[in-house]
Amino acid sequence: MLAGYVLRLAGKNMLRHRLRTGLTLAGIAIAIVSFGLLRTVVDSWYAGAELGAAGRLVTRNAASLSFSLPVTYAERIRRAPGVRAVTWASWFGGIYIDEKHFFSQLAVDASSYLNLYPEYLLSPEQSAAFQHDRRGAVVGRKLAAKYGFKIGDTVPLQGTLFPGNWSFVVRGIYRGADDKTDENQFLVHWDYVNETIKNTLPAQAERVGAFIVDIREPTQAAAVSAAIDSSFRNSLAETRTETQKAFQLGFIALVDTILLAIQTVAYVVVLIIMAVMANTMAMAARERTREYATLKALGFRDGFVAMLILGESLSLSLAGGALGILLTYPAANAFHSATRDLFLIFQVQPLTVLLQLAAALLIGVSAALAPMLSSRRVQIVDGLRAVT
Amino acid sequence: MTALIQIRELSKTYRRGNQPVPVLLGIDLEIAEGDYVSLMGPSGSGKSTLLNLIAGIDKPSSGTLLIGGIDIAALGENELAAWRAANVGFVFQFYNLMPVLNAFENVELPLLLTNLSKAERREHVEVALAMVGLADRMDHHPNELSGGQQQRVAIARALITDPTLIVADEPTGDLDRTSADDVLNLLDRLNGELGKTIVMVTHDPKCAARARRRVHLEKGVLLADADAEH
Ligand SMILES: Nc1ncnc2c1ncn2[C@@H]1O[C@H](COP(=O)(O)OP(=O)(O)O)[C@@H](O)[C@H]1O
Ligand SMILES: [Mg+2]
Repeated sequence: MLAGYVLRLAGKNMLRHRLRTGLTLAGIAIAIVSFGLLRTVVDSWYAGAELGAAGRLVTRNAASLSFSLPVTYAERIRRAPGVRAVTWASWFGGIYIDEKHFFSQLAVDASSYLNLYPEYLLSPEQSAAFQHDRRGAVVGRKLAAKYGFKIGDTVPLQGTLFPGNWSFVVRGIYRGADDKTDENQFLVHWDYVNETIKNTLPAQAERVGAFIVDIREPTQAAAVSAAIDSSFRNSLAETRTETQKAFQLGFIALVDTILLAIQTVAYVVVLIIMAVMANTMAMAARERTREYATLKALGFRDGFVAMLILGESLSLSLAGGALGILLTYPAANAFHSATRDLFLIFQVQPLTVLLQLAAALLIGVSAALAPMLSSRRVQIVDGLRAVT
Repeated sequence: MTALIQIRELSKTYRRGNQPVPVLLGIDLEIAEGDYVSLMGPSGSGKSTLLNLIAGIDKPSSGTLLIGGIDIAALGENELAAWRAANVGFVFQFYNLMPVLNAFENVELPLLLTNLSKAERREHVEVALAMVGLADRMDHHPNELSGGQQQRVAIARALITDPTLIVADEPTGDLDRTSADDVLNLLDRLNGELGKTIVMVTHDPKCAARARRRVHLEKGVLLADADAEH
């Protein structure tokens, strides 16, 4: 019964100085919103990094990267919920001149691969030329510059994984859409390689190294990955699907420092409002010294008065916290649209809300501590003599 | 018959820094149950200090203080709080009502420490407020009441738990003549009709004249009773 009474009194006390209560509530709410937004910035940055530029997934053999998968899996992957398109690629692993001239080559599905990599900018003519020539190749600009490859050049490669002497004709040279795009790729027709090895290496025919999966909703990456992998559970070759990390290592180190700074600011904001709130509660409790002394004279215990202070502090901080949490969602949406290019997804995570709640709780409890202790120390007769 | 309040050699010394401030110097006093005593004396003579000791909100430095046979100085903090809740009604000079509570809730406050049901509490509060003539002001907050009305609410709060003893420290000190008379009439009734033992601090002789017995304090020492009733 007394607990309910404490809360009612706390509520009434809050309404006593409407302006002060309003400002305190606003302060706490703003701090909680800032905390939530800053944390969401950090979360979203990492989430975006996980997803890569286009939110692609890679499905490979669960046993090992060096094991392949049947090309027939493509159809089943395409049917998984949330999948927009599928393509595939195999390591070709050919040697150009000698082993010092190393660059990687991929045998890709020519009709679909470039659709999934819109950041590889290729003119429509070159793209069509590549499609029409089974021995054609598309080369990244940097790689082409390094070896002096030009359109129409023939590039001889000595097969390792796929035996034989191969030669490909450069039909296209692509540019990257931005700095982060890899311009060192060498793409050839998987169809051509597959046809050829049906005789020389029948065990590897109709198999691919990995499927690349484009999904509709980047935020659903985890769910789609799970759906794909579960559809191949107990198959001859089980799959493992992961997000493609199109994130450059050197970049992470710099960003990490910035993100650490943002995290720190988030916590500092909470610390500041803790101090402000502690001051507010100390003022409120000091004003009520005589009331508290009167309650004690009437026979209420020290603990009751302490609970009054804690109840008032918590009511204030939790109300402000709740307001802040509610406002975090529209604030996050506004922030996301204002920074459209920066974040692929910008979503307030459940953990962030939990931390916001914990921060509000901490603000309330810490603000109540000092007034609670001093209210215990004040003698009734001294409290009654206090002027208000 | 033994007195309700028995005080022997009661002393109180405050400390101001390292400096001891003796306020009460060996008080001997007995107050019978049902008596109405006014404590008089100049400002700073120790009236409030003595009253606070009797009410159990302060502890004596030495001497004995028995109330209803109980040595209240020996009680622990929580026992003493429970003792006050059951045995003492307080009337303060500045009323000391909770500003956020209305008249009804202020009077109800001490009943929250009892086992009474909500309905029983309501009944008690309504009777008490009717007795002080404020049945129609139950939902008024203190700032919507005059000083005299606030003090009457405070008196209702003091009698709500039916305590044996009512202590009043300058209960009319902040009131005009008419309101003061209302308050004094109420105290008369509490003593005469309900048999409450009242100890009232005042420095106003007119006020003190309403009591059955007058006791004078001078620099922490009790003078002989001003009249020969006892
Ligand atoms: N808590 C206290 N600490 C120190 N001195 C006090 C305290 N309470 C009262 N005194 C001193 O004790 C003396 C008597 O105070 P009080 O009993 O309030 O006098 P009265 O009520 O007769 O005016 C005063 O000099 C006052 O300053
Ligand atoms: Mg006094």
